[in-house]
Amino acid sequence: MHKGCGMAPKKAARKQTKTEPSRVRVSEARPGLDPIEAPGRYEATREELTEFYRQMLLIRRFEEKAGQLYGMGLIGGFCHLYIGQEAVVVGLQSAMKEQDSVITGYRDHGHMLACGIPAKVVMAELTGRAAGISKGKGGSMHMFSVEHGFYGGHGIVAAQVPLGTGLAFAHKYKGDDGVATTYFGDGAANQGQVYESFNMAELWKLPVLYVIENNQYAMGTSVNRASAEHELFRRGESFRIEGMQVNGMDVLDVRGAGDAAYDWIRSGKGPLLIEMMTYRYRGHSMSDPAKYRSRDEVTDVRTKRDPIEAAKVLLLEMGETEDGLKELEKIIRAEVNEAADFAEQTPEPELKELYTDVLVGSYG
Amino acid sequence: MARMTMIEAIRDAQDICMERDDKVVVFGQDVGYFGGVFRCTKGLQEKYGPQRCFDTPINESGIVGAAIGMGAYGLRPCVEIQFADYMYPAYDQIVSEAARLRHRSNKDFIAPLTIRMPTGGGIFGGQTHSQSPEALFAHVSGLKTVIPSNPYDAKGMLIASIEDDDPVIYLEPKRLYNGPFDGHHEAAITPWSKHELGEVPEGHYTVPLGSAAIRRAGSDVTVLAYGTMVHVALAAAEETGVDAEVIDLRSIVPLDLETIKASVEKTGRCVIVHEATRTCGFGAELAALVAHHCFYSLEAPMVRVTGYDTPYPHAHEWDYFPGPARVGKALLHVMETE
Repeated sequence: MHKGCGMAPKKAARKQTKTEPSRVRVSEARPGLDPIEAPGRYEATREELTEFYRQMLLIRRFEEKAGQLYGMGLIGGFCHLYIGQEAVVVGLQSAMKEQDSVITGYRDHGHMLACGIPAKVVMAELTGRAAGISKGKGGSMHMFSVEHGFYGGHGIVAAQVPLGTGLAFAHKYKGDDGVATTYFGDGAANQGQVYESFNMAELWKLPVLYVIENNQYAMGTSVNRASAEHELFRRGESFRIEGMQVNGMDVLDVRGAGDAAYDWIRSGKGPLLIEMMTYRYRGHSMSDPAKYRSRDEVTDVRTKRDPIEAAKVLLLEMGETEDGLKELEKIIRAEVNEAADFAEQTPEPELKELYTDVLVGSYG
Repeated sequence: MARMTMIEAIRDAQDICMERDDKVVVFGQDVGYFGGVFRCTKGLQEKYGPQRCFDTPINESGIVGAAIGMGAYGLRPCVEIQFADYMYPAYDQIVSEAARLRHRSNKDFIAPLTIRMPTGGGIFGGQTHSQSPEALFAHVSGLKTVIPSNPYDAKGMLIASIEDDDPVIYLEPKRLYNGPFDGHHEAAITPWSKHELGEVPEGHYTVPLGSAAIRRAGSDVTVLAYGTMVHVALAAAEETGVDAEVIDLRSIVPLDLETIKASVEKTGRCVIVHEATRTCGFGAELAALVAHHCFYSLEAPMVRVTGYDTPYPHAHEWDYFPGPARVGKALLHVMETE
């Protein structure tokens, strides 16, 4: 980096990101579907955008470190990295309220960090230690924190979708004005239980936001090879669930859509479906050589659509300095390194721990 | 004869069946273009085209249900469920349709499908990628459930399964894909290329479903095992010096009771080993059968060595896994009891 890069750009720094026409696609109006207005991009202050940037960078550095620990044999088995998709959880989480709940599948580390769960207890779960958030018994795909409104962490593709629907029922039943954000992938979108959930959610007007993180590949199978209707935001229409398709690589687009969606759901109109167009840079899991796509395709997304780089460009335009961002990066790296050291050094659970929490009591 | 891994043997079996019978179709998640998550269908789509080897969406119920329909109309589907742990959405189709179609239609309709599923732990898969659900199938009348322990059997039993007119659950112990894993996880695995059962004949042959194999003849105690646990039991016998007769059941339904009876009548002792949880595991059925048929030959109470009655854990995998130390302890224990 050249000297002087840390100086603010010459043009006057903006206080807020620009108002732009909506890039969101929505379900077309037809009888039985409430018309939904395409939401605009969120107009963030510099402080807000800095916080989005920080969270996205934390997720990325955390995942890179998890990948390293996996390579060193400290994390075993399965480890699905979220790199590339950071804007989705960060943008949506920022639009949520205290009482809301979140549930997702197995690619869950980013969701947990976005929920505010400390990096060290997530990393310690990955290494199977007693200090891990599930006492080392769950591992990468199976983590929970009721305190942070995070309901897992589910290893079976799409199994969380009916559960998220049930969370929404409970929000409505208790009258707590909460919304259950239920994340799943483009692959999960073909499981039958998703559609059982859609039907119940609309029938009972449940406060649930279904978020399809369309990262284009269900393991090695691209969306087009597995889905007859590959515009996944339309998948709810026959259940009268309105859909939006959002650029999930832009944290402000995501936040804008999130605001509109949560307002809509909290007004009592029932469920909503958002298809987040995103991309995972790494393989499906650590053992995936990703031969089903070209290296150029990945490089192209990384260089042109990276959510963290995009936020960085905006921040610099708004008056943030390179030095300021470097400082932030340093703090994040320290946090991640500390989490990794902790996860490596803290002990495994006691053997008898395997028998706890199978049932409420102990038998036999 | 060629030397093959279990993966290659499974692939070869499907290749041979597809070559011989154009009614055989192979499909599942990532099975076609990608060649299977464990590569068990590698190259089949290129060779036979996407009409006969293809990808499905992630919908296990749909995969198995469609296969049953295809079978009822004369095809012979061989489908892959990516992990046995993913089978549960399809369980209704397996139990209520595949297993029952023949009986309730007075054999007008049959369900000649094979459902392949990688099974078992030892790969740090945690609770959703490590299960051994064989007892859930054995409990359902109308299904055959088989579990090979080596490449030779894997190929011969898969060909027999595909050619069988009944629905066959074909469980593949994923720890055995590349070598005869004996539970010594800290040691490098011996590849199948260095094991006699890695020798696989070319072309068509079958290993009949319902025949057990004696992997080690012995006179002190009979060990009943299948899948990965066969190799663990062999290691335990060597390490303890107990002269165990290790029987590889290969198929749990139908079960080769004659081989079991002959062995227990000879040894008078029996240890039963499986990876699955203990309560209502297939070992309970084996113990009941041995108690009934060999009661007067038994010189000591039978012992089961199994997974614990807990979800498969992420931490302490090797304590949970019934390795050679635990099996060896059981062998010594039954030798001491009278």
